Amino acid sequence: MSNPMILIDGLTKEYSGKKVVDGLNLRVEKGELFGFLGPNGAGKTTTIRILTTLTKPTSGNVFINGFDVARAPSRVKSQFGIVQQHMSLNRDLSVRENLDFHARLHHLAPQVRRERINELLEYVELTEHADQLIDKLSGGLKRRTMIARCMLHSPRLLFLDEPTVGLDAQARRRVWDLIRRMNIDGSTVFLTTHYIEEAEALCDRVAIIHHGRVIALGTPRQLRQRLGMITVEIQGHGNGTDYRFFPDREAAARFVSSLPSQEKVLMRESNLEDVFVEITGQKVLDK
Amino acid sequence: MSKSLVKKFWINSQDAYTVLWSDLLILKRRSGRYLITTTISPLLYLVAFGWGLGRGMSVNGTSYLQFVVPGIIALTAMTASFNGAGTRLNVDRLYFRSFDECLMAPISLLSLLLGKALIGVVRGLVSSIAFIAVSLALAPGFSVGPLFLMELLLTCLLFSFLGVLAALLARSHQDLATFSSLILLPMTFLGGTFFSLTQVPWGLKLALYVLPLTHCSICLRAAALSQPVPCGSLFGIIFFLMVFFSGCMVVLKRISV
Repeated sequence: MSNPMILIDGLTKEYSGKKVVDGLNLRVEKGELFGFLGPNGAGKTTTIRILTTLTKPTSGNVFINGFDVARAPSRVKSQFGIVQQHMSLNRDLSVRENLDFHARLHHLAPQVRRERINELLEYVELTEHADQLIDKLSGGLKRRTMIARCMLHSPRLLFLDEPTVGLDAQARRRVWDLIRRMNIDGSTVFLTTHYIEEAEALCDRVAIIHHGRVIALGTPRQLRQRLGMITVEIQGHGNGTDYRFFPDREAAARFVSSLPSQEKVLMRESNLEDVFVEITGQKVLDK
Repeated sequence: MSKSLVKKFWINSQDAYTVLWSDLLILKRRSGRYLITTTISPLLYLVAFGWGLGRGMSVNGTSYLQFVVPGIIALTAMTASFNGAGTRLNVDRLYFRSFDECLMAPISLLSLLLGKALIGVVRGLVSSIAFIAVSLALAPGFSVGPLFLMELLLTCLLFSFLGVLAALLARSHQDLATFSSLILLPMTFLGGTFFSLTQVPWGLKLALYVLPLTHCSICLRAAALSQPVPCGSLFGIIFFLMVFFSGCMVVLKRISV
């Protein structure tokens, strides 16, 4: 049996005695587009920092494509590319220079470097902006530069940490298309996002992390099935909206017909947001 | 065995150059502006202390102007190297946050450190050489030989490592500014640049020998005035260089896996 792309075993990270990641176990197979969801402070970014060799864990083991992050960080570093949540480009350099710098850091030969940069500029449709300074680009173009950069050395694994945060709807859709293409082209994608519809639209499997632990894991459909495929919202019930979940429309309809006629009711398909709120007790963007 | 060592050395050198390369691009783009801004303050020191205050004065049998020029060269090298390496890294780490990219690249920490320090060395040498050129035209009478250049290089390297160390330890841009105010500024005036240490009481002299710039000024002055090599101060430079280099490596190891 081949190695999984990511294997996390009992991972713990403490800051000043407080556990940010608490005995995390996770396995991501090669070729998956894997979503990692959680509210702010759940431990997502810390986990990614440990996986990408930027932070040392307090305990536990992490393997990337079979390489131990603690023992073989150099081997691990050539396995992945990352688009970080924050803008991490050198703003004093142009798009092409940023890509060139990354390619040099990853030891690409000069000829390969030139070809690969041109190829990726086309891939993310940035050829006409190649010689512009990063500071002159819009948020969407900067994000596409970061995506091109993370793919330069043809990594097997891509970490995308909130890749669409701060983008308008149109730019977000373009990034989604790129993520799908990267996955189809053979990369394993590990995606963290605040946008539930993003995870739902893109991911093969999703893990929900809360207080540093995985509390739900499965395909988006499996997670919705566990909760109930149909949601009934009873608006203005008590202090707010009350949510009830049912396995199918018939069961939901029977419940709705049993309610007093003055209740305002909405029946709809459940989504990952419902799953998330139900098991964490929090909205995704809540602190 | 030796073949693999040579290969390792070659790869480390190339990686260090790669790290330096991006900073060189930025320096090249702003070279004109950089040259002007970096030579203004040493020229002001030269005019104010050398021509103004020190006109007609002599120190240990040398005219004050000839005495003070090597000191100003030392402090120019210090300021340009420290800021060239430290401020740049501080911006990369805390503002652009692009330093993470270097930490996640498959290169050694030694290459990373050398690359980040070398931009300070380049900036220090550019500033110092520009000032030397102007000084030679305005106040000839000091020599710039191989020993002088080697000591200048060591001075730049020493303060580049100090700049990298300060930038790695800084938690904000303000931290680096505070470090400059508390450490570099006093060193500028007390590090044997504008006065001879033979004139100060022994207690203060002892304290001033703790400053790396003191040793740099003494060595550069001796070389510029064709005096014997002050071996103690040369060892002092090498000692501080090793301390700052080791400090950088320890901090880099602490912040990376």
